[in-house]
Amino acid sequence: MKTKSNIERLLEKGEFVVTSECGPPRGSDAEAVRKKGNLLKEVVDGVNVTDNQTSVVRMSSLASCVILKEMGFDPIWQLVCRDRNRIAIQSDILGAAALGINNILCLSGDHQSFGDNPKAKNVYDIDSIQLIHTVKTLRDEGKFLGGDELKGTPSLFIGAAENPFADPYEIRAMRLGKKVKAGCDFIQTQCIYNVEKFSKWMGEVRERGLHKQCAILAGVTPLKSAGMAKYMKKNVPGMDVPDSLIERLAAVPKENQAQEGIKICVEMIRQLKEIEGVRGVHIMAIEWEEKVAEIVKAAGLSPRPA
Amino acid sequence: MRLSYPTNVKVVKVPCTGRVDVLMVLKALESGVDGVYLAGCEIGDCHFLKGNLRAVKRIAYAKELLKEVGIEPERVEMYHIATSDGPRFAQVAKEMTEKIRALGPNPVKDKNKAFKA
Amino acid sequence: MIVGNRKPLEEILEMVKPYKKILLLGCNECITVCAAGGEREVGVLASELKLSRAKNGGEIEIKEHTLERQCDFEYIDQIKPFVDDYEAIVSMACGAGIQYTAERFPGKVVLPAINTTFLGVTLEQGVWSERCQGCGECILHLTGGICPVARCAKSLFNGPCGGSSNGKCEVNPDTPCAWQLIVDRLKELGQLENYEKIIEVKNWSTSRDGGPRTRVREDLRIPKDS
Repeated sequence: MKTKSNIERLLEKGEFVVTSECGPPRGSDAEAVRKKGNLLKEVVDGVNVTDNQTSVVRMSSLASCVILKEMGFDPIWQLVCRDRNRIAIQSDILGAAALGINNILCLSGDHQSFGDNPKAKNVYDIDSIQLIHTVKTLRDEGKFLGGDELKGTPSLFIGAAENPFADPYEIRAMRLGKKVKAGCDFIQTQCIYNVEKFSKWMGEVRERGLHKQCAILAGVTPLKSAGMAKYMKKNVPGMDVPDSLIERLAAVPKENQAQEGIKICVEMIRQLKEIEGVRGVHIMAIEWEEKVAEIVKAAGLSPRPA
Repeated sequence: MRLSYPTNVKVVKVPCTGRVDVLMVLKALESGVDGVYLAGCEIGDCHFLKGNLRAVKRIAYAKELLKEVGIEPERVEMYHIATSDGPRFAQVAKEMTEKIRALGPNPVKDKNKAFKA
Repeated sequence: MIVGNRKPLEEILEMVKPYKKILLLGCNECITVCAAGGEREVGVLASELKLSRAKNGGEIEIKEHTLERQCDFEYIDQIKPFVDDYEAIVSMACGAGIQYTAERFPGKVVLPAINTTFLGVTLEQGVWSERCQGCGECILHLTGGICPVARCAKSLFNGPCGGSSNGKCEVNPDTPCAWQLIVDRLKELGQLENYEKIIEVKNWSTSRDGGPRTRVREDLRIPKDS
C-alpha cells in the first residue's frame, strides 16, 4: 500500500469499489456539506469533492473534504489546474495531506467561461497530466518541482479523470497511457451511457495493459428525465447519449421517468461490472445524492465491505 | 621596410573593418579557411568614427556563434594595428598563424564537400 | 503580425471629450494589414469623430497622419514639427506603438484607439486568427507545428481535455480544438508516437511571467564613444 486510502485498500483486496460525489455548497454553511454527506454515509467507499465545478464559485474543495473526513469519510479531493499555479498546487497538496486527506483527483478543470466569473484570468501553469506527475514526485521522490527535498511526503492515492467519449477518439487510450506513465493510480471516467463504445475503449486499454497499472472506475450518472438526456447529448461536450436511451425514457410517462432513469443506471452498473478491467463504479448523481443509496443497493453492491 | 609575413595569410581588403559582417567570417570558415582575423585601426583612430568598434562587437558575436557550433572561437580574432605599423602587422600575421597551426586544420575543411572544387 | 481591434467610437469620443484639436496617428505596419489602424482606418475614424462632434454642435480639428511605424522612434519623431499644434494624440497603433509614441512626447496626452489582441495570421480577407503568445520557448517541433499555448483555451501541454468535441473547442464551437489539430497533424506526419511523450512542466520565466522582456544583440548596438 502506497497510502492510507480506503479505496486503495479495498482495490488491493480485490473489492469492486463504489465512489460518489459531493458538490460543495455555494455558501459557507458547513451543515450543507454534512447534509449531503449523511446521504452517502456507509453507502460508498469514497466521496469525490468537486473543485469549483463548471467554474462556479463554491466552498473550497479541501475545506469540504475536511468536513467530510470528520464525518468518517475517506474523501477524494478534486484539484483543478485552472485556479492555481504550481506554487499553490504543491502547497495545497502538502496541506491536504497534513489534514489527513488520502486521495487526490487531478483535473484540468472546466474553462472559466462556463461559470459565474467568465471574466476571470485562468492559470493553467501546469496541466492535469503534469499535476499527476507533480503529486507522484512529491510522494515517491520526496521532491518539489523545483528539485528541493521535502520534509514529510504527502501520501496521496493519485487519481485522474478520463473521458472515453471525447474526441479525437483514436488517442483516448493513448492519453490514458500518458496519465498512467505520469503516475496515476486510479481513473474515474466521464459518465457512460454508451456501454458498447466504452467496452471498445476498455479493449484498447487492456491491449495496452493499462488496466493492470491503474484501477479504472466507470462513471455513471442517473438520468432524471428524457429532457435531461437530450440536454446532455446536445450541450455537454464529449457526452455520448445514444438515442435508444432517450427513446426509452421518453416512452414512459413523465412522472415515472426519474425511476426509469435509475433503473437504467442500475442496469448499466451491472453491465459495466462485467467488463474486464473495470474495478469499480463512480456514481455522479448531480444534486440527486439521495438516490445513490438506492442505486448501490439495487445494483447489488450493498453493504459496502469493511 | 621589406618585412615578410607568413604566405598562408591571404589579405582581403575592405574600406574599414566596420564593413565586415559576421556572415563574411562564417562563409570564410565554411569555405575551409583555418582562421579569420581582422586588422582594424587602433581604438579611437577609426576614419569612420566607430567602424573598428563595431567590428569588435561582431567578432565577439561570431565567436559566440562558433562556440554554439562547436568550432574553436579562437579561429576568429580582432586585432588593432595602426596603418603605419608594418612591423606589428607582420608580427600579428605570424602570431595568428602560429595560433591556428596549434589548433590544427579547420574541422570542416575535409568534410564540407560543397566547397571542394 | 500584431492584430488589434478599433475601439468602439463611444469609448474614443469619451476620451477625446476635452479636446478640440487632435492628431490622429495611424501606423503603416501590422495594424494596417489587419485593417484596424492604417491610413484608411485613420480616415474613417476622423470622419466619424467629425460627424459626431458636428451632430452635437461641437467642433473638432483633426490632423490625419500615418507613420511608417510607431515602434521605432525615428519615425515617431517625424511628427515633432507639428505635434504641438494639437492638444492630444489619438494613436491607432498597437499597444507597443501607442506607448512608444507617448514615451517620445512625455508632455503630450496620448490616447489609445486600438485594443491590441494577438499575434496572428490572415485566414481570409477580413478574418484574422491567433497563432502565437510570445511565450519565449517554442515547442512547435513537439506538437506538429500547432501551438497549444496560443490555441488551446487552457494552454494544455498534454491535451486534449474532455471538452474536445467533433474537432471543436468546448469554449467556442467556432474554434478548432488545438489538440485535435495537433493529433491530426502528427498523424499526417507519421509522428503520432510523439503524442505519447509527456510534455514536461513549462518554464514560464521566458514569457511575460518573468517580467517585461528586453532583447539585446550586443554586436548590433552602436558602440559608445571611446
